[in-house]
Amino acid sequence: MAGNVSTLAHVAKHRQRRSLQDPQWLRVALIGLALLFVAIFLVVPLVAVFTEALRKGVGPYFAAVADPDARAAIRLTLLAAGIAVPLNLVFGLAASWAVAKFEFRGKALLIALIELPFAVSPVISGLVYVLLFGAQGWFGPYLGAGDHPWLGAWANAHDIQVIFAVPGIVLATVFVTFPFVARELIPLMQAQGKEEELAAITLGASGWQTFRRVTLPNVKWGLFYGVVLCNARAMGEFGAVSVVSGHIRGETNTIPLHVEILYNEFNIQAAFAVASLLTLLAFITLALKNLVEWRHRRTLEAAAAADIRQFVNSP
Amino acid sequence: MRPPVSRRSVLPGFGLSLGFALAYLGLIILLPLAAAFVKTAGMTWADFWAAVTSPRVLASYRITFGASFLAALFNVPAGVVLAWVLVRYDFPGRRLVDALVDLPFALPTAVAGIALTAIYAKNGWFGQWLEPLGVKVAYTPLGVWVALTFIGLPFVVRTVQPVLEELEPELEEAAASLGATRAQTFRRVILPAIRPAIITGFALAFARAVGEYGSVVFISGNLPMFTEITPLLILTKLEQYDYRGATALAVVMLLGSFAMLLLIQLVQRSSTRRARA
Repeated sequence: MAGNVSTLAHVAKHRQRRSLQDPQWLRVALIGLALLFVAIFLVVPLVAVFTEALRKGVGPYFAAVADPDARAAIRLTLLAAGIAVPLNLVFGLAASWAVAKFEFRGKALLIALIELPFAVSPVISGLVYVLLFGAQGWFGPYLGAGDHPWLGAWANAHDIQVIFAVPGIVLATVFVTFPFVARELIPLMQAQGKEEELAAITLGASGWQTFRRVTLPNVKWGLFYGVVLCNARAMGEFGAVSVVSGHIRGETNTIPLHVEILYNEFNIQAAFAVASLLTLLAFITLALKNLVEWRHRRTLEAAAAADIRQFVNSP
Repeated sequence: MRPPVSRRSVLPGFGLSLGFALAYLGLIILLPLAAAFVKTAGMTWADFWAAVTSPRVLASYRITFGASFLAALFNVPAGVVLAWVLVRYDFPGRRLVDALVDLPFALPTAVAGIALTAIYAKNGWFGQWLEPLGVKVAYTPLGVWVALTFIGLPFVVRTVQPVLEELEPELEEAAASLGATRAQTFRRVILPAIRPAIITGFALAFARAVGEYGSVVFISGNLPMFTEITPLLILTKLEQYDYRGATALAVVMLLGSFAMLLLIQLVQRSSTRRARA
């Protein structure tokens, strides 16, 4: 998390002290070096996306974005994110409530396991679902292959397919975005403790009222922050979704997969036009992230200040 | 005999929230991961060993782990300079640069992949200048390194930045008043303070790079024995219906990432212990 407010304070703090000032040539050299690095690795790729997307003008740009296959890909991406984000949001709230408000054995292990999907390669995240639901997988025979006397027949009758179909894409998306909300909420709720909730309960509020009126308002910015990051990953995921998708145009292609297909067909301009949508999503994500960090830090600092006052005022 | 009241929490919902969290974690994450290990357990040791040490697989380890290591290594000095500049200096556009550092987290990897390929291809903005100099980036291991450097860029910056912000200026003043030069102060005072953050950032960038797929597959060209990374090889085996071979490779990579996670935990624990002492 970038601390813009406190960073400013620190810049000021360090500027006052002559002994801590780096010589002018060093400052210029380091700033130049940092800007050069950022320009080469971050700015140029961004500019390249939009230059390539608009290479043939505005008409072909919108044609590529409005293409029926592109629109189908956008719909599928919205659907996958629309299912994965709320599921992981509910999980994040449940996990952080349990971890932050109660003591139990194995808590550290639970926190470590929540972060596990970050350590797993996206390709492996997709692979494990193929192992479960693919034709050779554990549950595969029950899904459409018809081996099982009644489960297979039921799956056949209802035409249920997970891998190379929409459910697989949703499951892979849920897997890779699993930790985002929980990992924001857990430290936040732990820092806030449970005194306010205890007070509410003591005053006669029900558990649900306490959660809705006390806990949720306290963590709303952290929650929003987690949802923004979760959504960005859900809409942009490529590797995991690629393994389970089957790449059927207009049916099982998400936006990133559609970009890949266009690119591999040497339809470079259209690939970048669709990619520019994802780049805009990245810009919105970064803007919201910075906005939340700014607001969030102020609430956190206010909370810390209130804590100090409480401490000073107590006998 | 009733249990003492103070041992029980007044807050409700413990069973419900923990139960749901554990069930969801088990179904979505642990059961699928367990499937990979169970699938591999069905192989004989000889088959497993052959699957994870064939020449093509060994070549993929070399490029995956080698390029990831070099990319994370490059991100250490680059990340420290960026964090230093962002915390200590004020310059126009500082906040914009600060926000841009997170771009590799926010930009979908496929977009990064095709953008970097366009830049470094033979007729790209950088490629057209580099190729006459004999430097080929796209479709070579150097291209893999560029993609992994991009992906790992935020990690060292974001681990070192808060430590630099919290660093007491009094320490540096004391060093300066005792006659230390700026370089000596950096080496003897600042560097030891940020070293655990650097190691954590390096390890996170490395771990992320090893599993990376989307940004690499476009720029690498995917030539077996040359630029084919292990995650892509897993996908290739899967597409050839070699489920066991793919899963065996996945298990090797999973064990590697778990070891990295453990290492990161140990580094963080030892550094907090040292900070407390």
